[in-house]
Amino acid sequence: MSTVEKPSYKVIGTRPIRHDGVDKVTGRAKYGADIRLTGMLWAAMLRSPHAHAKITRLDTSKAKALPGVRAVVTSKDFPDQGDRLVELGEGSVNMKHLAANVLAHDKVLYHGHAIAAVAADSIHIAQQAVELIEIEYEVLPPVQDALSAMKPESPVLNTDVRTKGYVAGGPGSADQPTNVASRIYFEQGDIKKGFADAAVVVEREFHTATVHQGYIEPHNATVLWNADGKVTVWMSTQGTFTARQQTAELLRIPVSDVKVVPMEIGGGFGGKISVYLPPVAAMLSKLSGRPVQLVMDRAAVLLATGPTPGSYIRVKVGTDKSGRIIAADAYLAYEAGAYPGSPIGPGCMCIFSCYDIPNARVEGYDVCVNKPRTNAYRAPGSTNAAFAMETVLDEIAKQLKLDPAEIRLLNAAKEGTRRVDGPKYSRIGMAETVEAIRDSAHYQSPLPGPNRGRGIATGFWFNVGLKSSVTATLNLDGKVSLLEGSTDIGGTRTSIAMQFAETLGIPCEDVHPSVVDTDSIGYTDVTGGSRTTFSTGIAAVNAANDIKQQLIERAAIHWQTTPDKVQYIDGGVTCSDGQRLTFKELAAELHELGGPVIGQGTSGKEAQGGAFGTHCVDVEVDPETGKVQILRYTAAQDCGTAIHPSYVEGQIQGGAVQGIGWALNEEFWYDPKGLLRNATFLDYRMPTCYDVPMIDAIIVEVPDPSHPYGVRGVGEVPICPPPAAIANAIANAVGVQMTTLPMSPPKIMAELLKQKK
Amino acid sequence: MRDFDYVAPTSLQQAVELLAKPAGQARPLAGGTDLIDHVRNGRLSPDVLVDIKKIPELNLLEAGPNGLRLGAAVNCATIAAHQAVQAQYTALVDSCQIIGGVQIQSRASVGGNMCNSGPAADSTPSVIALGGRCVITGAQGTREVAAEDFCTGPGKNVLKPGELLVELRFPAPAPHTGSHYRRFIPRNEMDIAVVGIGVSVTLDDTLKIITAARIALGAVGPTPILATAAAQALIGQPATDETYQKAVPLAREVATPINDMRGTKDYRIHLVGVLLVRSLQAAVARAKGECPNYKPGH
Amino acid sequence: MAKKRIVSTTINGDAVEFLCEPRQTLLEILRDVLEMTGTKEGCGNGNCGSCTVLMNGKPVTSCLVLGVEAEGVELRTIEGVARGSELDEVQQAFLEGAALQCGICTPGFIMQTEALLACNPTPTEEEIRFHLAGNLCRCTGYDKIVRAVQCAAERRAGACHK
Repeated sequence: MSTVEKPSYKVIGTRPIRHDGVDKVTGRAKYGADIRLTGMLWAAMLRSPHAHAKITRLDTSKAKALPGVRAVVTSKDFPDQGDRLVELGEGSVNMKHLAANVLAHDKVLYHGHAIAAVAADSIHIAQQAVELIEIEYEVLPPVQDALSAMKPESPVLNTDVRTKGYVAGGPGSADQPTNVASRIYFEQGDIKKGFADAAVVVEREFHTATVHQGYIEPHNATVLWNADGKVTVWMSTQGTFTARQQTAELLRIPVSDVKVVPMEIGGGFGGKISVYLPPVAAMLSKLSGRPVQLVMDRAAVLLATGPTPGSYIRVKVGTDKSGRIIAADAYLAYEAGAYPGSPIGPGCMCIFSCYDIPNARVEGYDVCVNKPRTNAYRAPGSTNAAFAMETVLDEIAKQLKLDPAEIRLLNAAKEGTRRVDGPKYSRIGMAETVEAIRDSAHYQSPLPGPNRGRGIATGFWFNVGLKSSVTATLNLDGKVSLLEGSTDIGGTRTSIAMQFAETLGIPCEDVHPSVVDTDSIGYTDVTGGSRTTFSTGIAAVNAANDIKQQLIERAAIHWQTTPDKVQYIDGGVTCSDGQRLTFKELAAELHELGGPVIGQGTSGKEAQGGAFGTHCVDVEVDPETGKVQILRYTAAQDCGTAIHPSYVEGQIQGGAVQGIGWALNEEFWYDPKGLLRNATFLDYRMPTCYDVPMIDAIIVEVPDPSHPYGVRGVGEVPICPPPAAIANAIANAVGVQMTTLPMSPPKIMAELLKQKK
Repeated sequence: MRDFDYVAPTSLQQAVELLAKPAGQARPLAGGTDLIDHVRNGRLSPDVLVDIKKIPELNLLEAGPNGLRLGAAVNCATIAAHQAVQAQYTALVDSCQIIGGVQIQSRASVGGNMCNSGPAADSTPSVIALGGRCVITGAQGTREVAAEDFCTGPGKNVLKPGELLVELRFPAPAPHTGSHYRRFIPRNEMDIAVVGIGVSVTLDDTLKIITAARIALGAVGPTPILATAAAQALIGQPATDETYQKAVPLAREVATPINDMRGTKDYRIHLVGVLLVRSLQAAVARAKGECPNYKPGH
Repeated sequence: MAKKRIVSTTINGDAVEFLCEPRQTLLEILRDVLEMTGTKEGCGNGNCGSCTVLMNGKPVTSCLVLGVEAEGVELRTIEGVARGSELDEVQQAFLEGAALQCGICTPGFIMQTEALLACNPTPTEEEIRFHLAGNLCRCTGYDKIVRAVQCAAERRAGACHK
């Protein structure tokens, strides 16, 4: 549905076949683990069997002596990082922590923490050599959740962590080692007065489990450290340039000595930004003089990468009699994992972001625990927060006998609303997504039958802009080679090519996009933050406009006139005297008109306006087992302008199903010793297609004024609403209000049994 | 993966000779869906894998008036597609259609599922409920063991070094018999049973009174459990929910589950009752010649 | 180390021989020995379906098959699905239906769909979902995959009617 009169586009809004599609349905596409180099060695890693321990002895001599072993590395083989912070594209990173996460120094901080690596003639020899590494530990007590880790008597993971933003008397410490890495605090209005004036106040506590991105392709890196000192990395990554910089910084070599070649990437969702393997494979390559391939197995992926934090959240919301929110208060503690850096900041900014709330306060803590260091996962921090806020709001709606869509519309943030963390919204489509759900056939339909319930919830994500580069070469046959630095996880080659084609008025099929290595394109930030179609799209539009300008000049030469007499219109150039050449005709003449035409475009100044989604779900709860079946699912999202609607729908559908998994069954299951017991896809239960229905996606289009075609990022928002929507549906089905994630059958059953008593 | 050798004998005698090694060093390989994973993750480290899929006796699948003979290496897909099994040994079909995904079912065998002896094995409760007997061959000759006596603990069974499970034999079901296996899992597919129950029920000619019953519980003890008292409580009783409820406490009584990541003790004991009633309802529907309301995972 | 042996098999209609250690899985043989990397490894223990190939027409997770077990069998992999340079109906339906995002699970889904349609040319939505439950996709939410399978089935049915 479109909310404003849409300009008539020729390419945008159509559904062309993606350019990399044939390779991906024939098995020809080369992913990170598919590369085979002459003389390549295979590598395997030693990982910690303990959650928290000092390494007291580490001897790799027997491993090195095994025939077929070519190199063994530990953290001792890497340059010291000292105490330095480095800007890595999405914020500054403590290099000591990053290095220690790649290979543990004197301490292991989580089950599966990497310790050493071996390169050998075969993967089997490498694995056998890993078993020959002699290691002894002094096992330390682990701490596994934020609230426990905040207590002064808790075991402390990192001796160098102090509480950023510490306030006297609060959790953490300004001068002693602590697990509390930072404190976030936002406030606006007069919260005391707000609650005093409120007619209804609901306060609830929430716990959510650690969950993983669950991409199907394990992390990988294939590296050649050449004799000239140049390092080439073939890998699947969300960002070649950040991978290059992280690798260079960890090896302490100049960034231009590292070239990252992007292979196809088998999913990321935020989890393939941080570097785990390239520096290790690089060092193995340097020591062996051979290219080295290092690929994680599934257990390593689940033990030692990702995840997104488990959390504790307390939310208190007060409204007047009409349901208007007049005060809101939140306290959030997110597990950072082994090293600081949970998405507590975004969590705090997102928790009240959907609503216009005059008096609000948010306090949040980033807390180290003995779990893998958390990484971004699709709207990082926002889903946890939405689960809390959106279920509390539903409880208030029930008390006031308000329709859940109406209470959201009543309080919806809109252009000019100030978020608790400060910024004012530009034109946004929050209310439009709620209206889309309210008016949908799904929401309007009856839901008969016992133990069935319907729930809705809204979610928000900022979306980022950041920097991208695009180069376009015009070929004599009138087609264009488009080079870009954004790795393509879900069809962005095509969504970018479409914007380029639209700008030039040529068919999308005439644009041939390639994702190229870091030596072949200008700096480009990660495919993340729902930025690629937005920001690399802008770069492509700029490159197309650059070509337009050049073609106007060439046409002027052709017509022996001046450029001001020539206009680029509708896929061709027109002279003021009425003569016209199509794009193709002009391209064929280029060599006679001055030579090659190469267009360039970059982006970096534009900031996205934020995006919202509202989801509606029908569930049936088995009253005897507590198991939830998803009967029907509809997701509405403001996408600004949908460039390729199929892939926009795909993002919404995929995000919704990840959210369903988070809601119902996904969780890291640690035993009392802090060991992860479900590091397989059998017991880390992501939804299968037999667990979900079709996901109806409603594309709402409120164009973002900061993009030439009004694009808003799509990827992240759709994971935010599902847990809350499902919790609300469960409450409506069987009358129990769930406050923990996942809402797995035993937990729901326990609540149902309590209810019966 | 650790190094091992591989042999594929074509006769039972060769296989028995190859397997006659100290415990654990030689392992029979049927579908390999558990074994290969266990070798890869180091839980098992055999010197040699003896592929038993080329031995005729282990590939037998015959149903007749004297019952069903099921070779230990026959894969789940083949079993589930067999018409006589579908008609008369339906619980086996229920099991074979939910062990792993379809790809696993192309390889995994009921015999292998039994020999792996996992407490939550999905086919063993069906084999027990259907009155299966295990035919075991070794250097000392051939012996038979009732299916309920086959497993002795998690990953443990009565097979001695050098012995091989050759075949499962099932009696032909009496008229008006229906059977069913169902499990509870958090997802709808691709999960290990939190609780699994196999039942077989025979009705009298009026299709109202239960004349025989067997109940086997999975994932609620170190081995699958034959719940004799619960089954006994059904006999001579009308096939009604009220009757089934009487069996529930007796079934719960023999369940000794543990707390683990797949479920708590209390939840599992609770589920025994829920699943018992549902599986009896379905088995009775089948005994009456009706199609039960059953959708895997739901 | 256990001796390597020569395994003779048929892959996508071609007779193939390879040298194999007993501990090498069929997946490893396909990817690392025969350099047929279209078959993907997602989990290594049969839980994600990315490595699905057809063995004598039956779908198997090749990570749970030993290379030596391929002796004398007929294998079909993603590389053998297209008819020369022409995509088959399943590939075409996935491509046109946007039934992939990152694409890593796609070869496995296509092979599993081939197996389904070979034994059940007109599956219901529920049968499709049940049959594909052993294949994980983390990007699409399965909606477009299920629709692509429906579309491929319809196209094949249409082709038969001609």
